[in-house]
Amino acid sequence: MNLMLRAASIALLLAAWFAGSHIVGARLLPEPQAVGLAIVQEARSGALAFNLGVTLARVAASFTIAMALGTVIGLAMGRVVFLDRLADPWLVVLLNLPALVIIVLAYVWAGLTESAAIAAVALSKLPITIVTVREGARALDRMLDEMATVFRMGMWIRLRHVVLPQLAPYLAAAARSGLSLVWKIVLIVELLGRPNGVGFEIGVAFQLFDVTRILAYALAFVVVMLAIETFLVQPLERNVSRWRVRPA
Amino acid sequence: MFPAGVSGRLDVHIKHKSYRAASGGRLHVLGEFSFALANGEVAALVGPSGCGKTTLLRIIVGLDHKFEGRVQLPAHSRLGVVFQEPRLLPWRTVEENVRLAAPQASDTALSALFATLGLAEHRCHYPGELSLGLARRVALARAFAVEPELLVLDEPFVSLDAALAARLRSELVELVSRRPVTTLLVTHNIEEAVGLADRVFLLSASPARVLADLPIDRPRIARTADEVAAIRAVIERRVDQG
Repeated sequence: MNLMLRAASIALLLAAWFAGSHIVGARLLPEPQAVGLAIVQEARSGALAFNLGVTLARVAASFTIAMALGTVIGLAMGRVVFLDRLADPWLVVLLNLPALVIIVLAYVWAGLTESAAIAAVALSKLPITIVTVREGARALDRMLDEMATVFRMGMWIRLRHVVLPQLAPYLAAAARSGLSLVWKIVLIVELLGRPNGVGFEIGVAFQLFDVTRILAYALAFVVVMLAIETFLVQPLERNVSRWRVRPA
Repeated sequence: MFPAGVSGRLDVHIKHKSYRAASGGRLHVLGEFSFALANGEVAALVGPSGCGKTTLLRIIVGLDHKFEGRVQLPAHSRLGVVFQEPRLLPWRTVEENVRLAAPQASDTALSALFATLGLAEHRCHYPGELSLGLARRVALARAFAVEPELLVLDEPFVSLDAALAARLRSELVELVSRRPVTTLLVTHNIEEAVGLADRVFLLSASPARVLADLPIDRPRIARTADEVAAIRAVIERRVDQG
């Protein structure tokens, strides 16, 4: 039933796309089969795999940096009031700084380099991860903390078995929202200052007014991110929440 | 201060303990309070609800440092604590919960402990799959698996039905008899105190102080129902006298 509904929803989307293409014209909105053909052509030439790979590598690097740093800082701010008060104004500034400003400043200050691009994306994602993990750290169960104290559990055991499982839903939320945000920012970074990647290709297609190619790359990358969500994020989430008792 | 003392001996000297009340004043929880337990001695603290029993236990196990006085723990300060709530990690199995607290425990010792407490078939279950009675047994198993020098139990059988509480009490008696350990039990159930303890401390209402120190000479395993009832009557008389 669930599968049927999903299939019906996708069929409806394709039908709307098809109808829209006929109404506004193929130049503005090419038909689904034209976009499909463009994807096949880019795949055959090897350009699709190369650009997808480059963009994915940037997504992976900036996502990992933002999640790791955000978890450490968010945990520290959620647990230590002094640190929270000290770093909160910085966090508010970062939260309200548009990603575009961070990207432009990173390129101006560090040049059009790979590290500037990855740092800019990581910095754009960082404050949201910090805020989410900080909420998780504030909600940590004091009773379990006391239990770990009286039984003299070591730092590592506490972190792995007491703290991180409580943070898991917050980390999952940060990862989910982060992944979708990071890849969108990576595309802007590539558009503005990288010589390859999906964002760069979309930029070139924009200059040539090649909507088919824009949609081909965007669609291909959405499929890749959907696959990551379905085959990596969701199974991981199921694994960490396997202890929850589900209704029969 | 929490210095480690002679093996198994617990010394508690509290001069004063108070909290800052929300209204701005001070709330006095514990008054002048002293007692000592010899190695292997089992004592029960009996007093009215809200008199400061749990606060006293939190001071003894090192969860509350803001007090005037001194607590001297047994030599290696290895503590086994059973809280009012089981406080199990919901994402770890029964066996993992026990092993995380007692990584040094051997397979044989754990198997024997699980068998005594009727947990053998629940080792791989998660706490969410257990009844409250079973979860309390796991909390007991965790405290014993540590092989503590001091066992502290804070109303461990509260909110259980009478039959289950009686069964768990007898399991506790068996465990304490098998491996004598200095034990401090907080309860407001006088029968529970008489059934388990060698000494009963009667506490006043808040701020708590010791009203009476009542030793029970007869070994707990040899106590008959009539003797328990007689001791209980004595304690109830003392409680009435205030």
